[in-house]
Amino acid sequence: MALLKSSKIISTVGLHPPLGVLSIRASSWWSEVQMGPPDPILGVSEAYKRDTNPKKINLGVGAYRDDQGKPYVLSCVRKAEAQIAAKKLDKEYLAIGGLGDFTKACAKLALGDDNEVIKSGRNITVQTISGTGSLRIGANFLSRFHTEARDVYLPKPSWGNHTPIFRDAGMQLKAYTYYDPKTCGFDFQGALNDISKIPEKSVIMLHACAHNPTGVDPRPEQWKEIADLVKKRNLLVFFDMAYQGFASGDIDRDAWAVRYFIEQGHNIVLSQSFAKNMGLYGERVGGFTVVCKDAEEAKRVESQLKILIRPIYSNPPMNGARIAATILNTPDLYKEWLGEVHGMANRIITMRELLVANLKKEGSTRNWKHVIDQIGMFCFTGLKPEQVERLTKEFSIYMTKDGRISMAGVTSGNVGYLAQGIHAVTK
Amino acid sequence: IMSLFGEVPQATPVAVFKLSNDFKEDANPKKVNLGVGAYRTDEGQPWVLPVVKKVEKIIVADNSLNHEYLAILGLPEFRSSASKIALGEDSPAIQENRVGAVQCLGGTGALKMGAEFLRRWYNGNDNTKTPVYVSAPTWENHNAVFANAGFEDVRPYKYWDAEKRGLDLDGFLGDLESAPKHSIFVLHACAHNPTGTDPTHVEWMQVAEVMKRRKLFVFFDSAYQGFASGCLDKDAWAVRYFVTQGFEMFCAQSFSKNFGLYNERVGNLTIVARDSDNLKRVLSQMEKIVRVTWSNPPSQGARLVAITLNTPELFAEWKDNVKTMADRVLLMRASLQAKLQALETPGTWDHITQQIGMFSFTGLNPKQVEYMIKERSIYLMASGRINMCGLTTKNIDYVAESIHETVVNVQ
Repeated sequence: MALLKSSKIISTVGLHPPLGVLSIRASSWWSEVQMGPPDPILGVSEAYKRDTNPKKINLGVGAYRDDQGKPYVLSCVRKAEAQIAAKKLDKEYLAIGGLGDFTKACAKLALGDDNEVIKSGRNITVQTISGTGSLRIGANFLSRFHTEARDVYLPKPSWGNHTPIFRDAGMQLKAYTYYDPKTCGFDFQGALNDISKIPEKSVIMLHACAHNPTGVDPRPEQWKEIADLVKKRNLLVFFDMAYQGFASGDIDRDAWAVRYFIEQGHNIVLSQSFAKNMGLYGERVGGFTVVCKDAEEAKRVESQLKILIRPIYSNPPMNGARIAATILNTPDLYKEWLGEVHGMANRIITMRELLVANLKKEGSTRNWKHVIDQIGMFCFTGLKPEQVERLTKEFSIYMTKDGRISMAGVTSGNVGYLAQGIHAVTK
Repeated sequence: IMSLFGEVPQATPVAVFKLSNDFKEDANPKKVNLGVGAYRTDEGQPWVLPVVKKVEKIIVADNSLNHEYLAILGLPEFRSSASKIALGEDSPAIQENRVGAVQCLGGTGALKMGAEFLRRWYNGNDNTKTPVYVSAPTWENHNAVFANAGFEDVRPYKYWDAEKRGLDLDGFLGDLESAPKHSIFVLHACAHNPTGTDPTHVEWMQVAEVMKRRKLFVFFDSAYQGFASGCLDKDAWAVRYFVTQGFEMFCAQSFSKNFGLYNERVGNLTIVARDSDNLKRVLSQMEKIVRVTWSNPPSQGARLVAITLNTPELFAEWKDNVKTMADRVLLMRASLQAKLQALETPGTWDHITQQIGMFSFTGLNPKQVEYMIKERSIYLMASGRINMCGLTTKNIDYVAESIHETVVNVQ
């Protein structure tokens, strides 16, 4: 019996792999790979998830929430999904440029139904992996074909992911003045000054509406001057439109700047996202448009966009594009969608008003007018990084370090607590 | 007004999609499309797997689901179950917590992520000179994926022996021996595209031995697991063998074909690392690459696959659906070979049944291919590659006769 026992022990020791291979374990192809820092925006949500404080608020990522703080699946989306399910479609590969019904409707939404560009066929619009994918394809395209200038001018500040996207594509990043921290508003003169010095043919990035992260948009007269100056400087305009409908609640109003620039003869490139305005975040629905000189050029550009797309992901995913196309192309669904976008924008406007009212109630004497003046999903509170850190550590209120809050995360249920926290760190 | 894009040249269209286009426009009622790699039923129709239809209904009925963003690396239950499919449920590497994954946009997306990571972090930092070897021939997009990730030196390794219509093992091993150390090799896990010719187990063991000794990087492309033999485990033998040999490796998986989810872009990059610490750092860097490419992956297809793989009855049904597809392909192979033999078509045609998976490298030369397309309205790739799924009991006689006529009349 004793012998059996000891042989068992010996055999288990022999079969215990980790002890034996510890020395080999140390050597790996990846020993020099550093731990990457968490994404500044998406990392906020991940930290929020780990927090156990029942009063916690997530004001990080720009995803719409209803007044119960829940994700909102649009009714028109559910209806579209039911319609699609009934059709029993196959799952064959889409073309590299995506679903035709979607790309046509996507262009029309941005440019307007009877835009001359669409009528003359001088735009090429491809389906992309939401806004990020669109920006990336655009960046790759410019990097490869816009060889006369390598600089992309972003507004200061801009969406955090713009910089790494363009840099990874091989472009150089520069900035033009945009936000005035003194007024928490638009530094119009500063912007004009900087833009007037941008070298010809450089790429200038403009947020079509609901500027991210500041929520500060130029007024129409200011857009007109910018368009004029940009033309004088002969710059290539890259519009990022991720919030059409979300800013004012009105699709056409939010696309006004894009349409004005085209009218004035700018052949722009444009990124669109349907993540927010259709709530299709995880389905990755977007479009990338190049407005060309004529239809012939559009064909050449299209062929090159396909060459760029193929080695990244071959062709885009169907589900979200099909939902979006159904909504855009079915009159009563489209109408319902316009109503729902309007509703989402309105709730956000209401929350802005409530937040300011509550801050006053808390006794804050600071000027919070910018919270109401700013537009879209985000609000640039003006909070400093130390104040943001306190808000997170002491109140479990999560936002990005730059003081940006997603108004969509504010509800009538948490706005009081939010005001408390903000007042506490700013008084 | 001068256009900024005035100098943009017209690019040549991607061959396989152009072929489908030409097929569509052909008015000949007898036309046959043996081009693009998608499964077809015996009626020549796309096939949405019965299990997929079932799971779609489950998803639609589940009101707790929404369209929120997935995490950057994707749906966790998809990533882990997909990796289990490749490596086996009881894989020691998984048990040792050194397997991770990135949900990607199809197999292409998985290759892309792997390539981008390797260019940044493998064999130094941003070492664009590391040679990347792809088989001769290979899926035509392999070259572009690695070149676009920045690799300057994408080269072929000997693989297909046109004369004997089989694997050029000596050439393959020879290239492995002479490759610069640390070179990256893209290996087809099973059902080699386009030749349908896979190494035997013994041959794979020889390949692994050289790769280990010469410190070459293993990058598997697994787009047809289940499709080759009809059995998931059999088709994963090579991948799993390499894991037992202690390699740190990548495996790009596609669920386009074996789930029939082509247009939902369901892919997974499985990463096998030395230990969990290395794995963690690798995944953190993968996140950064994902973030500047597509931010986070599409949810629909991954959800569907995850539910299927993680629900026993559905998993069983799926394996059955996969076997249905594989069996039909095997039947068409046997049929075509038998008919060519009966016709006494010049040449040997054993390779049709020896080859495995969706594709067959017929051995037809470009002139013969052109003849097939122009004179017989049978569409196949210039390489002579045919998609066996394009064959049906209704068109197989016409195809066999056409091959016969072509081989006899065109040299």
